[in-house]
Amino acid sequence: MTQLGWAELQFGVTTVFHYFFVPVTIGLSFLIAVLETIYLRTKNKVYRDLAKFWGHLFLINFAVGVVTGLLQEFQFGLDWANFSKFVGDVFGAPLAVEALAAFFLESSFIGAWAFGWDRLSPKAHALTIWLVALGTSLSAFWILTANSWMQEPVGYVIHNGNAVMTSFGDVLTNPQLWVEFPHTELAALLTGSFFMLAISAYQILRKKNVEAFVRSFKLSTVVAAVVSVLVIVVGDSQAAHLVKAQPMKLAAAEALWNTSPQHAPWSVVAVINAKDHRDPFQVQIPEMLTLLAYKRLSGSVEGINQVQQQMVHRYGPGNYIPPVAITFYSFRTMVFAGTAMLALAYYALYLFKKNRFLQKKWFLRVLTWSIALPYIANSAGWIMTEVGRQPWVVYGVQLTEQGVSPTASVPALDIELSLLAFTIFYGAMAYAAVHLWKKAIANGLDPDPVVSEDPGAPRDLFLDGGHGVAH
Amino acid sequence: MWLRELWFVLIGVLFTGYFILDGFDYGVGILHPFLNHTDLERRASLSAIAPVWAANEVWLVAAGGALFAAFPDWYATMFSGFYLALTLILLGLIVRGVGIEYRSQDKNPQWRAVWDWLIFSGSLVITLIWGMAFSNLIRGVPINGHMIYVGNFGTLFNAFSLWGGLTFILLFMVQSAGYLSIKGDAFSRKAGRAVEARMAWPAAVAMFLWFLWMDRLPASAGHIGGWTLLLQAAAVLSLLLARMAMYLTKAKLAFFLNTLSVTAMTVSLFTVLFPRVMVSSLNPAWNLTINNASSTLYTLQIMSVTAVILLPIILGYQAWLYWTFRKPVNDKELEY
Repeated sequence: MTQLGWAELQFGVTTVFHYFFVPVTIGLSFLIAVLETIYLRTKNKVYRDLAKFWGHLFLINFAVGVVTGLLQEFQFGLDWANFSKFVGDVFGAPLAVEALAAFFLESSFIGAWAFGWDRLSPKAHALTIWLVALGTSLSAFWILTANSWMQEPVGYVIHNGNAVMTSFGDVLTNPQLWVEFPHTELAALLTGSFFMLAISAYQILRKKNVEAFVRSFKLSTVVAAVVSVLVIVVGDSQAAHLVKAQPMKLAAAEALWNTSPQHAPWSVVAVINAKDHRDPFQVQIPEMLTLLAYKRLSGSVEGINQVQQQMVHRYGPGNYIPPVAITFYSFRTMVFAGTAMLALAYYALYLFKKNRFLQKKWFLRVLTWSIALPYIANSAGWIMTEVGRQPWVVYGVQLTEQGVSPTASVPALDIELSLLAFTIFYGAMAYAAVHLWKKAIANGLDPDPVVSEDPGAPRDLFLDGGHGVAH
Repeated sequence: MWLRELWFVLIGVLFTGYFILDGFDYGVGILHPFLNHTDLERRASLSAIAPVWAANEVWLVAAGGALFAAFPDWYATMFSGFYLALTLILLGLIVRGVGIEYRSQDKNPQWRAVWDWLIFSGSLVITLIWGMAFSNLIRGVPINGHMIYVGNFGTLFNAFSLWGGLTFILLFMVQSAGYLSIKGDAFSRKAGRAVEARMAWPAAVAMFLWFLWMDRLPASAGHIGGWTLLLQAAAVLSLLLARMAMYLTKAKLAFFLNTLSVTAMTVSLFTVLFPRVMVSSLNPAWNLTINNASSTLYTLQIMSVTAVILLPIILGYQAWLYWTFRKPVNDKELEY
C-alpha cells in the first residue's frame, strides 16, 4: 500500500473510532440535562439517581471521546500537511473557534458537574450540565462548518496556490452546513436516546431498579420517536441538496451509472460491477429516486458516466468516480438502520401508551440489542459522506492525493507504525470502556462502590516534616 | 502588520496556559508511582486533579487550533515534521486521560496497577517530548526551501533537546508539588512539600544550564535580548524563591512562584523564537516566520475578534471552576 493509502486508512480508522463516542456525548448530555431539570422541578430523588447513573456512563464515554478527539485535531497536520497548508486559512478558523467557544465550555463544566453534586446549589449544578450539552452541540456546529467546507467550498479564492478566505459569513451560511449540521445533531440525539432506551430496556428486563428505569425508558422513547422522524426528514433534504452540490456522490450512492429516465427508480439492493460500469442485478422501487432527489414526480438524475464526463471537461483528465460499492452500501446501511430505529421507537411508544411494554420480553430484548443501530448508522453515514467525496479532499478544489504530507517528512513506515499503535491503544481503550460500562450497568442505581470503598488500613506516612523524602 | 504579532503572542499565551495547568497534571502523573505507596494515597492525589484535567488539556487543543488557523504552515510543517514524536504525545495523552478517569473504577489491583503505570509513563513521555520539541524549534531542524521537514525521528534527539526534556520533567514535578501542597489531602500536601523541597534546586539548576546552552546556540545569535535574559532569570529565581516559600510553609506563595517560573520560561522561549516560528538548520532564509507562515489578515482579523471576546469568558469560568474546587481533597470522600 502507498503512503497515501496508509494515511487514508489511518484517517478512516481513527475517525470512525472517535465518532463512536461523539454522538453519545452530544445526545446523552442533553438527556441528562433533562433528567436533572425534572429532578429540580419535582424534587423526586429518582431523577437525581438517574442523572447520576447516566452521568456515570456519560463520563466513561467522554474520557475516550476527548482523548481521541485530540488526534482528530492533530492529524490534519500529521498526515495531511499539504491539505493543511492549502486550506488552513479557511479551514483552521472553525477548528480554532471550536476549541475556544465549545470545547473549553464542555471540558470545564463537565468537571464541575461530575464533582459538584455537593459543592454547587442544585440550580447551579443543573446549569453546568446544560452548559456541557450546549458545548457539545456548539462543538458539532464548528467541526461541521469545517467539514461542510470540504464538501462544498464557499467564501474563498485561490491565492498563491492556497485557498484563502474571502467571506467568513459565506462559510457560516454554507448551504451544505445547514443540511449537514441539523442531520448530524439530530442523529446524535437519536444515538443518545437509543443508548438510554437500550440500557433502560435491559435493566427492566433483568428487573433492576425497574421503577426508575421505566422513567428513563419513557424519556428516551419520546425523544427517539420525535427525533427519528426529524433525522430522516432532514437527511432527505440533505440528499436532495447533493443533486446540485455533489452530483457524483449522489450518483455513486445510487450506483446509477447512466442518467436515469424522468421517473427514476430507487435500488434497494444491487450487485455492482464497478469495472464495467453496470449493476447486473438490482431490486428497485419505482419513482423513489426522483422523489428523493426532487420531491416531485418527475425528473431525471445524472449518472456516474455523465458526471465523470462533465468533470473531465471542467477539471481535466482524471478519474473522478469514488468507490461506488462502498458509497452505495454505506448509504443503504445508514438508511436501513435509521428506518429500523424509527420503527422500534414508535412500537416502543405504542406499547408504552398501552402500558404493555413490561410484558413484552422479546421486544425489550430487541431494544437492548438495538443499541448497535445508531453506531452502525453514524459510521455508515460518515463513510458515505467522506468516501463519496473521493477523489477530492476539498470537493472540486483539491484532490486527496495532493493533500497528504510530503514523504520526505512522513514516510509510509511512520504512518504504519502510528496506525499500529493507535489501533492497539484504541482497542484497549474500547475494551476498558466496555468493561466499565458493564460494571456500571450491572450496578444500576445502587451506591457507587468506588465512592463507598473501604479506605483500608491506616496509612503509613513515610515522609518527615517536609524537608526530605525518607525512604 | 501587528495582527501576526498578536497571534504569535496569543499562541504563546495558550501554550503558557497549557504548561501552567497541565504542567501540574503531568507532574502528578510522573510522581504518581513514587510519591504514593498505598492505593488510597494514589486515589487522593488523582482526586486533586480529577475535576480539572480535562479543562486544563483544552489549552492544548486551543493552541493546536490557533496554530492551524493563524499559522497553517507552522502547524503543518511542525506536525508532519515531528510526526512520531507527536504521535507519542498523543498516545501519552490518550492513556493518561483515560487512566485518570478509569483507574479507580475497578477494585481489581491489576487493573489499577496497569493504569498507574500508564498514567506515569504517559505523563512522562508527554512532558519529555514537549521539552524536546521546544528545544528543537529553537535549535533548528532541517527544513528545506519549501517548508518541508527533511529530517527524521532521530534528528529530534540531541543533547540540547534531551536536556530541555529533562528540564521540563523536573519543572513539572515541582509545579505539581506546589499544586498538591495546597490542593491535596493531608498526605499529598505533605508529600508535595517534600517534593518541592527536594526538586526545586535540581529543576532550577537544569533550567539555568538549559538557558545558558540555549543562549549560546548558533541559531539564537541575535535573538537573546534584554527581555529574554530577564525572563530567564525570573524563571530560575522564582523556583528558588518557591523553595524558600515552601520552607516557610507558605504553600500558596510557593505555587504562585512555581507558576511564575513556568510562565516566565514559556514566554522566554517565545521571545527567543520571535519573529521565527521554526528555525531551519539548513539555511536561515528557510526559517518559518510569522510573516511567511501566517494566514491572511482577513482570517487573522476574524480570529482576533473571536479570541478577544472568548478568552476573557474562558478565563472567567475556568477561574470559577478552580474557585469551586478550591477546598483540598478530603480522603474520606474520594470519588476517584
